[in-house]
Amino acid sequence: MSDSEEPQQKTVIGIAFGNSNSSIAFTSPDGKADLIANEEGDRQIPSVLSYVGDEEYHGAQAKSHLVRNPKNTVAYFRDFLGKSFADIDPTNAHSSAHPIQHEDGVAFSVEEKADAEPSTLTVSEVTTRHIKRLKESAADFLGKTIDGCVITVPTDFSEAQRKLLSEASKACGLEVLQIIHEPVASLLAYTAREDTSHPADKTVLVLDVGGTRTDAAIIASRGGMFTLLATQHDYELGGRQFDDVLVDHFSKEFIKKHKTDPRENERSLAKLKLECEATKKTLSLSTSAQISIESLAGGFDFHSTVNRLRYDLLSKKLTDQVVGLVESVVKKAGMDLTDINEVILAGGTSHTPKLASRIQQIFPSTTAVQAPATNPNALNPSELSARGAAIQASLIAEFEAEDIEQSTHPAVTVTPHLAKPIGVVIHSPEGDEGKAEDKVYVFLDAETAVPARRTATFVGTKVGGDVLIRIVEAKKESVDVTPPKEVKEKVNGTDDDDEDDDDDDDEEEEEEKVIKRVTEVEKVIAEALLKDVKKGQKVEIMLNVAGDLTLTLTARVVGGKGGVRGTVPGRAL
Amino acid sequence: MNVVSTKHSLLPAEPEWPHESGFHILEQLSEPTHRNLEPVGPHYLAHARRKRHHRTFSEDDRIVAAQQAKNVEDADPGEISEPEDAMLLSRDPKDWKNQDHYAVLGISKYRWKATDEQIKRAHRKKVLKHHPDKKAAAGGVDDDNFFKCIQKAMEILTDPVKRRQYDSVDESADVEPPSRKARGNIYKLWNPVFESEGRFSKKKPVPRFGDDKSTKADVEEFYNFWYNFDSWRTFEYLDEDVPDDNENRDQKRHVERKNKAARAKRKTEDTARLRKVVDDALAMDVRLQKFRKEERLQKDAKKIAREAEEKRLAEEAKKKAEEDARRKEEEEAALKASKADAKKAKEAAKNAAKKNKRVLRKGAEDANYFHGDGAAPPDVITNVLADVELLITKLDNEELDVVAKKLAGLKVSDDIKSVLVDSIRGSVNNGSAAEGDFKILLK
Repeated sequence: MSDSEEPQQKTVIGIAFGNSNSSIAFTSPDGKADLIANEEGDRQIPSVLSYVGDEEYHGAQAKSHLVRNPKNTVAYFRDFLGKSFADIDPTNAHSSAHPIQHEDGVAFSVEEKADAEPSTLTVSEVTTRHIKRLKESAADFLGKTIDGCVITVPTDFSEAQRKLLSEASKACGLEVLQIIHEPVASLLAYTAREDTSHPADKTVLVLDVGGTRTDAAIIASRGGMFTLLATQHDYELGGRQFDDVLVDHFSKEFIKKHKTDPRENERSLAKLKLECEATKKTLSLSTSAQISIESLAGGFDFHSTVNRLRYDLLSKKLTDQVVGLVESVVKKAGMDLTDINEVILAGGTSHTPKLASRIQQIFPSTTAVQAPATNPNALNPSELSARGAAIQASLIAEFEAEDIEQSTHPAVTVTPHLAKPIGVVIHSPEGDEGKAEDKVYVFLDAETAVPARRTATFVGTKVGGDVLIRIVEAKKESVDVTPPKEVKEKVNGTDDDDEDDDDDDDEEEEEEKVIKRVTEVEKVIAEALLKDVKKGQKVEIMLNVAGDLTLTLTARVVGGKGGVRGTVPGRAL
Repeated sequence: MNVVSTKHSLLPAEPEWPHESGFHILEQLSEPTHRNLEPVGPHYLAHARRKRHHRTFSEDDRIVAAQQAKNVEDADPGEISEPEDAMLLSRDPKDWKNQDHYAVLGISKYRWKATDEQIKRAHRKKVLKHHPDKKAAAGGVDDDNFFKCIQKAMEILTDPVKRRQYDSVDESADVEPPSRKARGNIYKLWNPVFESEGRFSKKKPVPRFGDDKSTKADVEEFYNFWYNFDSWRTFEYLDEDVPDDNENRDQKRHVERKNKAARAKRKTEDTARLRKVVDDALAMDVRLQKFRKEERLQKDAKKIAREAEEKRLAEEAKKKAEEDARRKEEEEAALKASKADAKKAKEAAKNAAKKNKRVLRKGAEDANYFHGDGAAPPDVITNVLADVELLITKLDNEELDVVAKKLAGLKVSDDIKSVLVDSIRGSVNNGSAAEGDFKILLK
């Protein structure tokens, strides 16, 4: 009764449009993002369309047609959108409908209708049909018509590609409110989970190991605002390569038994690939998995098992590549591994426990790695983008199109970011290691978008009297604090995971130096005097940096009368 | 707010502060780098809002807080605060059949329009105020009578079946129809009546009485709806209490039968009452008269138009006939005149020809039949006359005229002869006569 009286709320969804799989999510009225399952109950809906007779199949059904009807099954088309035929890498589409040149772009030739000439479907057209099916699934699930959506794309999607995607979506009647970057959406999915109005400042590495490609991005999260610092892509590393490891493994086993190579027959290969993908997924959850395929090749059935350890060994090379990608992106951002506060693993392949533990190993133990294998509270890596998109969609659902346009305009997004961390020097007579020390408490980290404002409360003084507030710009430095050998062993013993395998040992021996990142004063910006602070009184300091880098300090004694305020004039921009 | 570190404190100041003010600037901040923020997340949207409207943090905080406060106010529109009179508070809960449940919950201004949400909120508010534990805590007497009333009201209003039964007999929600003699705006008089009666309709939406701008179709649909009104109104609420099982079974059945009969009777009465209400409304509805009048006017207008058209057509036909007759007459007259003219001309031509012929004959005679002096012998005369006659027959009227004109005034015989010979030759040359036919003139 009361529902109808409320103003009509727009129904918006988030779509993660992937090369291999897509997912859709919505935000419930209490602000929680949740994935939507399609009619078949899949939350990860394969981005595949297949045409058999007069029927169009979508998702998992279409994917199974890769075996029977590969010529009329369109898959892995996302990355072809808006590219010329010369620029695309058709490797992934080898076992499905082959891309062909069509005018300026790429198309597929498929038999849409039985007994009819094959028709040419442009990538945009395929995208439209795919999004239409996603939209229908969402509408069925929610029981409402969908008014708009937010779609995620990789960071290397060009402006033209975004525009085409937006048009393709509009062609099936779904308004695109905004197109956002996948790693940012993943980060938003985690940030939105924290129930605080002041999210902590942190530098996050989002590693997205997808079906066909791997992307790494470093994002500065400052007060809930995100800035992409560096990105790195590997287009030839992804879940398919992990599948291929198993394909090779089982093929060898099959050859040994039946003297036939299932990889030589396309149909057998397609069958084997599909099953290996399922086996790989099982291995992420349990320590061993079975595979059984009827009539794999030469009329022989195939049954076998594989355990996780075997798989980890086989895929070690690939894991190493992922680790290499992580290291290279950190280097690209001009940072040190220790500067990364959090690693978010996204994408289906991130379920692999070994991958997560390898990532955890290269980072210091203080760095949180968000993956199911390392953190039981982690979100499902496959769902991150869709969740983030759904959250963003719910945030801007009530906005006018013009409002969104203005808010995402470069005039608003391009913002000065602090080059150096700004902090206040604090003092301890004992310090962390038992001797008196001064250290910098960082208020505003480097790469914080201005205007920005932070507040912190300190112990004013241990003895009473006047207090000096020294505002400084700081720098981060790596200091070699390698402890003596025997101490190090002890430290490692406590840090290491229980499930570490034998092959970790070599790495531990290689890793000799312990590098500590410390924040040191680079230059003093200003000093302020706060008079007559009594012992035990607390001092609240607020630093406010305006858009033109005007720094304003406001310090006051909590519950007291004393206070000081000062402004450092900014630069003329 | 938590302290950053209990171990660390701010720097102790030097005993001597060398600067005049409490704030001393040494350097500026380093040059910033310009980067693209990701337009995602609530904090970015706040940033965009500040930047687009050029607000500072504190300004934005204030504006957003003000907006939120407004939203909270908007969300709670129905502040339920009806005064509770002493009569209501001292009601006996056993007499619940006669209590006004809406008034007990303080929502008597909504009555049947109250939503479940409103009822729930009103109940909660009343419970917070009248809970017996609260009264006991406040040192009051152990009196939970009104609380029982509240619970009973809630029990009835939250059960859809019971609420309908109560709403059916809730006379406070009825609006008395105006008397037949009532004067004034009939729309103001009748609209509330039908709105209140419409609450019993099984069919929704209920058409409104409307106003003087309603179309004929609307009004007809309205009366059609009300004459075929499908009501859910029931009268169980007024049933007499059925005695318990342990009493006389016959007595129980008797009461049940009585209740059933009473219900049916009330229902019939209610249907009849409603029918009378609709009849009254129909009788008072000036719109129907207006529509009838409009229809008549329309009919009349059509008739007048048709007649005018007929008249115009008749007139046109008449005019056309007259015109035709006149034209015929004129044509006939012209024909006659031309005929007469032709006759006259013909006669004139005849006369002229006769005259010319005479001139020709006379010419020959005057020239003594071209015989020189002395009387011409008869055969010459005959031949000359024959030739002249032949010439005359060969010449048409105009040539005859020309020849006659040439002859006029000529006295000399040779001249006359040459004229005649010329004309003979002319007629021979154009082939109308043969040379041999002429007996004498050409020799």
